[in-house]
Amino acid sequence: MAIKVVLPTAFTRHTDGRKQFDSSAHDLPGLLADIDQTFPALSTQIKDDDGKLRRFINIYVNDEDIRFLGGESYAFKDGDEVMLIPSIAGGKI
Amino acid sequence: MNYSCSRYELKCNDCGKRFGNQPLSACPDCLAPLEVAYDLDAVRGIFTRENIAAGPPSIWRYAALLPIPDGFQPDLPVGFTPLIHAKNLGKRIGATNLYVKNDAVCFPTLSFKDRVVSVALANAQRFGFETVGCSSTGNLANSVAAQAARLGIKACILVPADLEAAKILNTQVYGARLVRIDGNYDHVNRLCSQIADEYTWGFVNVNLRPYYAEGSKTVGYEIAEKLGWKLPDNVVVPMAGGSLIRKIRKAFQELIYLGLVEEKHVRFFGAQATGCSPIATAVKQGTEDVQPQKPNTIARSLAIGNPADGPAAAKMIRDSGGWAEDVSDVEIVSGMQELAETEGIFTETAGGVTTAVTARLYAHGRILPDEITVACITGNGLKTTDSLVGHYAEERAIRPRLADFGDYLRELEGAQELAVAGDIHGN
Repeated sequence: MAIKVVLPTAFTRHTDGRKQFDSSAHDLPGLLADIDQTFPALSTQIKDDDGKLRRFINIYVNDEDIRFLGGESYAFKDGDEVMLIPSIAGGKI
Repeated sequence: MNYSCSRYELKCNDCGKRFGNQPLSACPDCLAPLEVAYDLDAVRGIFTRENIAAGPPSIWRYAALLPIPDGFQPDLPVGFTPLIHAKNLGKRIGATNLYVKNDAVCFPTLSFKDRVVSVALANAQRFGFETVGCSSTGNLANSVAAQAARLGIKACILVPADLEAAKILNTQVYGARLVRIDGNYDHVNRLCSQIADEYTWGFVNVNLRPYYAEGSKTVGYEIAEKLGWKLPDNVVVPMAGGSLIRKIRKAFQELIYLGLVEEKHVRFFGAQATGCSPIATAVKQGTEDVQPQKPNTIARSLAIGNPADGPAAAKMIRDSGGWAEDVSDVEIVSGMQELAETEGIFTETAGGVTTAVTARLYAHGRILPDEITVACITGNGLKTTDSLVGHYAEERAIRPRLADFGDYLRELEGAQELAVAGDIHGN
């Protein structure tokens, strides 16, 4: 099983310029672990001090926000396109 | 390229790093959003009541605290809309000190979005963008299209496919390229992020967002100035992405810091439609964890299920001692009618949300009758007439004869008496 992961340009300085890569992760935690291994610098950028995905990043699976699909419990399907997109606002809490 | 300016520059909201001035919305390091930070002390002697009063009757009277490039010569009289004492509406809902900030008449396209777009496009020109764009629920589309036309900049605008017909037409008439997306605003917004990443276009609410959002501050400046340089006790603000309510507070804070108004604790109240109420839901649950929703409401201009500024707006509202409410589509239409019938202001569905929520806040005692309260009306009803279809009878035509007119009046009065009798007898 393979999914396609698509990244914004801002992230490519940590991926040797690659805007997309394939992963065999089965779910979001698996994908984050994969990024940990493959692109450690990117991993540092997208996770906070507690190791959680920063709240400024939205994850979409085939155009849908992953939170509507069950979030971390969503099981990726073969051929899924997973996009990481920084939120364009958010402000300080 | 970095465009320096001594008065202001982009600053990361989280890590505090500064980035000068460039079309950038998120911190390259921690990905947090960027905001425009000012050297307030540098404008202390310039941003004065006297200088403001001597300025034009538009948002440009506050230019010293707007992120517009040096040498920019604004010629579009945007903003400075009426703040009216809503005595009649107040009487109906139990308020004695209720004011309505009426951006249903904002120039040039009849919504508060004209404020943000004029600031954003000043920066689009500075950064040399030949094409500008936006993701929009309608009002922003109208404003970008109109102001881009005037500036001779190409516009490409993306909207949800099911937008109100008037908002579609009000974008197309200015010659903008309109792309209807088969999805809701959140889908459109996500696509625009990707386009902005791929094309060298200026997206007013994506890569120009920090500048764009600052235009909203002028609502706050105007409220204070029109109240005689005083702050209100409460402000009721419709919430889509949650940016406007935060920027009104920023305006009040700047005015306090610069000594233009006395320090005062203002409570902020957010208004949403029940069919899309992620921020109000979070406020009611006492959390900043704003969960996205699938919008389903007639208030399409507020139909943002994943509000980018939602967590910050929810926290700000609770910290201020305010509250957030949501109202049904039926209440939204009633709110529109009530504001029109009492104050002569025809607002769009979002204004119906604000009006209905304001009424409920008084009814529930969250706002006291004599507190100075400002309800923000952000758009014009002519754009959302679809929501009123079926609410008014189509009157039959009569012949141009005095006798026919008399008959017609008697007929109407008879119908009215019958209706009253029906009410009395419970029919």
